[in-house]
Amino acid sequence: MARIELQALRHSYRPDPVDDADYALKQVDLVWEDGGAYALLGPSGCGKTTLLNIISGLLCPSEGSILFDGVRVNDLSPEERRIAQVFQFPVVYDTMTVYDNLAFPLRNRGVPEKQIDTRVRAIAEMTDLTEMLGNKASGLTADGKQKISLGRGLVREDVNVIMFDEPLTVIDPHLKWKLRSKLKELHQRVRTTMIYVTHDQTEALTFADRVVVMHEGWVVQQGTPQELFERPRHTFVGHFIGSPGMNLMPCELADGGVSVDGHRIAVDRAIAPPKTGARLELGVRPEFVRFVDAHATDALPVDVIGVRDTGRNKIVETNFAGHKVRALVPEGISVPQGRAHVRFEIDRTQVYANGWIIE
Amino acid sequence: MTLALKNVSLRVDGLMHIYDTSIELVPNGFNILLGTTLAGKTTLMRLMAGLVVPTHGEVWFNGVDVTGVAVQKRNVSMVYQQFINYPNMSVFDNIASPLRLARYNKDEIKQRVSEVARLLRLDPFLKRKPSELSGGQQQRCAMARALVKDSDLVLLDEPLANLDYKLREELREELPRLFATRERTVVYATTEPSEALLLGGYTAAMDEGRITQFGPTGEIYRRPADRVTASVFSDPPINTVAVRKHGARFTVIGSDAGWRVCDAFTRVADGEYEFAVRPHHVRPANGVADGAIVEGKVLVAEISGSESTVHFDMHGQSWVSLTHGIHCFNVGQTARFLIDIDHSMLFSMAGELVAAQGG
Amino acid sequence: MKTRNQKAWFLVAPVVLLVAFNAVIPLMTVVNYSVQETFGDNLFFFEGMKWFEEVLSSERFHDSLIRQLKFTFIILAIQVPLGVAIALAMPRKGFWASVCLVLMAMPLLIPWNVVGAMWNIFALPDIGLLGKTLNAMGIDYNFTRQPFAAWATLIAMDVWHWTSLVVLLSYAGLSSIPDAYYQAARIDGASAWAVFRYIQLPKLKHVLTIAVLLRFMDSFNIYTEPFVLTGGGPGNTTTLLSLDLVKIALGQFDLGPAAAMSLVYFLIILLFSWIFYTVMTRGEDK
Repeated sequence: MARIELQALRHSYRPDPVDDADYALKQVDLVWEDGGAYALLGPSGCGKTTLLNIISGLLCPSEGSILFDGVRVNDLSPEERRIAQVFQFPVVYDTMTVYDNLAFPLRNRGVPEKQIDTRVRAIAEMTDLTEMLGNKASGLTADGKQKISLGRGLVREDVNVIMFDEPLTVIDPHLKWKLRSKLKELHQRVRTTMIYVTHDQTEALTFADRVVVMHEGWVVQQGTPQELFERPRHTFVGHFIGSPGMNLMPCELADGGVSVDGHRIAVDRAIAPPKTGARLELGVRPEFVRFVDAHATDALPVDVIGVRDTGRNKIVETNFAGHKVRALVPEGISVPQGRAHVRFEIDRTQVYANGWIIE
Repeated sequence: MTLALKNVSLRVDGLMHIYDTSIELVPNGFNILLGTTLAGKTTLMRLMAGLVVPTHGEVWFNGVDVTGVAVQKRNVSMVYQQFINYPNMSVFDNIASPLRLARYNKDEIKQRVSEVARLLRLDPFLKRKPSELSGGQQQRCAMARALVKDSDLVLLDEPLANLDYKLREELREELPRLFATRERTVVYATTEPSEALLLGGYTAAMDEGRITQFGPTGEIYRRPADRVTASVFSDPPINTVAVRKHGARFTVIGSDAGWRVCDAFTRVADGEYEFAVRPHHVRPANGVADGAIVEGKVLVAEISGSESTVHFDMHGQSWVSLTHGIHCFNVGQTARFLIDIDHSMLFSMAGELVAAQGG
Repeated sequence: MKTRNQKAWFLVAPVVLLVAFNAVIPLMTVVNYSVQETFGDNLFFFEGMKWFEEVLSSERFHDSLIRQLKFTFIILAIQVPLGVAIALAMPRKGFWASVCLVLMAMPLLIPWNVVGAMWNIFALPDIGLLGKTLNAMGIDYNFTRQPFAAWATLIAMDVWHWTSLVVLLSYAGLSSIPDAYYQAARIDGASAWAVFRYIQLPKLKHVLTIAVLLRFMDSFNIYTEPFVLTGGGPGNTTTLLSLDLVKIALGQFDLGPAAAMSLVYFLIILLFSWIFYTVMTRGEDK
């Protein structure tokens, strides 16, 4: 178990990086508390795998330090850092039985067989592998193999952190949520620090207590799933999390308020004018766009273009002053046609300057 | 163009892959095959394409029996889950390849390729090799190949499965529009109910080598003919429990829990039924005093920003509640949930739909 | 059922013809010879199983078969572990990986009779580098006179010539193991031996099956190199099966016994290959 601190981490795959563009990781400062469930979320190429490899010790960062419980571990190998990792493609020792696979890390460390047996059986019970203990590991399905990988991490009592690198990639879609909830349940039982790397927002948000969103080598936000949803600190977070993503449209500041093409938008706080030349955008999630009566306060005129049914909700596409604005309407509520009016929920409407939220 | 399978079945090495199946695709429509990984979607597509010859039954194309006719003569295109492109050809040559095989002249090839490339937003990459494209662009290239040749039938086998979440969202929106540009029949296989709903059109629900129901997508979602179709068309799986109807009340068999019978079910004869309700129609009963309230032990609780998912034990069945907003639960605690009986279904113990209300 | 397209047969026809001329017809000729007595002027007499009985009961055949088996098992026992060991020690990527691969491929590129001639001169006790050095070191070595020295030289030559094949195959097998396996093993605290035993060896299994089969069949068929090096001597001590066969067929022009012997020879190779294959792929379900 360990508290993990990343201080001013930068990494470049080039020998002589000049400017930010040469860095795969631009600047990362993070603190991960002992026993937490964290997710590293971002699209491919955002630097999340680089960061994962730096934490696990497979890669040495160009600059900055990694601390485990306050001790600098930059120069320690993965085994010295006592980490465990579950890879994208299941890694099992094919010729061994499930039991021997689980016992392998302990045997390598010279733990007495009797102790191994107790431990392996306890872990097998936790990961639902008890009935398969005698089977050859090669015969298991992909989800079984991933459970073995995980079990090999859990079986060691000295593990500081368990890392998951897109562990559900090869799992059948209808089994994904089962394995995901199993992971969650295991975390709640063992309370080992876990870091889960993925590009899938559902996986990240359901697994983690806190999610770190990465974009082009930057950490754009760290927060609880709720914070990421309700108050995205960066337009990328607004776009990437949520389906469909946040509605974004250019706006300008006028008389202490915000307006989009002359339509005044109500916001819940005074917006301090950013430095001149900044690109200003207004953001509101489809969940917080409501259809209202034409005479309601803050009603904005829109044209309904199309409706798509997701069963639980309807995604309504509208045109607001030339900008595409989507609204999410729950099942059972009727959707107007043609000219209609919407209101952006005042405390869920954000203003961004050059992509970053204006607090 | 029309395509009909008449009493088609397929047996390979003594194993039934497709059981006696008849389906008439909606001409020039978007036909979706929905089912889990081994439901037989790909096999059915291969039968439609003529890549496999059925053991029994006939395949009719535009009113002609083409059961034994080779795939090359059927004017069919297919797009696979893996991004299949010619690696040594440029994107332009990849898209042009079907036209070259059909001996189109140079000018026409150029004109058609640039038209399709523009539609799929590939025009900036025409000179690149597929390996220099992102996953989404590679798959769009494969789709462009299918679109460029004027096929009567386009088969898409989970084309979005290997793409990033956000890209999937984007293409899902574009696809129906893209394929509507010309009269052609599209068959689209997917494992995700939400994808089927977003794509619209017509859906054939598949389970274990059988089509369980075929019709307009929304209708099948709201009025599934049987339990199997209902569970195929629900993610997370639909909640079910065996109940006994006695006058105006349902009682869970083997317990004293129960609730009022909703209007649509009042005319149903007394007896034993399977009661089904979708996860988003079960919500935590915070402060609600009456209604169809059930109690259960919480198995897993997940929060994904805007939604909470709670798995709980419903008299031996694992039930899921999926609601907007944040609801915190501890694993193991007993919690109360409210069933929205106005959105529920009733199946006979044999699994056939008896009545449905609200969908 | 509908009629199936039969055109595919035309596409297979060239291969069928080629195989017929290449393998089936010569083999049938051999079968034909093996049951007849031949004299000049194309005179043939049917002899039935006589040659087979003769071959199978001949002490000469037994001796050369035993020599052959001994040779094959010794070189397999050396080449397979040695090849795997060299492959493991080779760098995985970079400049030196290419250098090693080229060096390894060299012996395989040299014509077989040249290999024999090279080793013959190399090992000559009076002028050869190896022979002269050994004698200078006080070891009495003369492969043209001492059976043991002849065997040792023959085996050294084969090991030098063919270990590379095992190396290259194993190297390819090792390169196909994803990095994640090594990382997982490091994380699990596995020793180098455990990594070899539980990751590398299982992944090499298929490649090694092929390597063993190839080396087995090749060594059983070996002719040119021992012919050039020792000519089967001293005496008959290094007369392997193939050398003996040629002696009978061409040296004595006994076509019938030679044909019968070839068939027996062929069946032995087939039998052993099958045994190897079955043993090595045993316990593998789908």
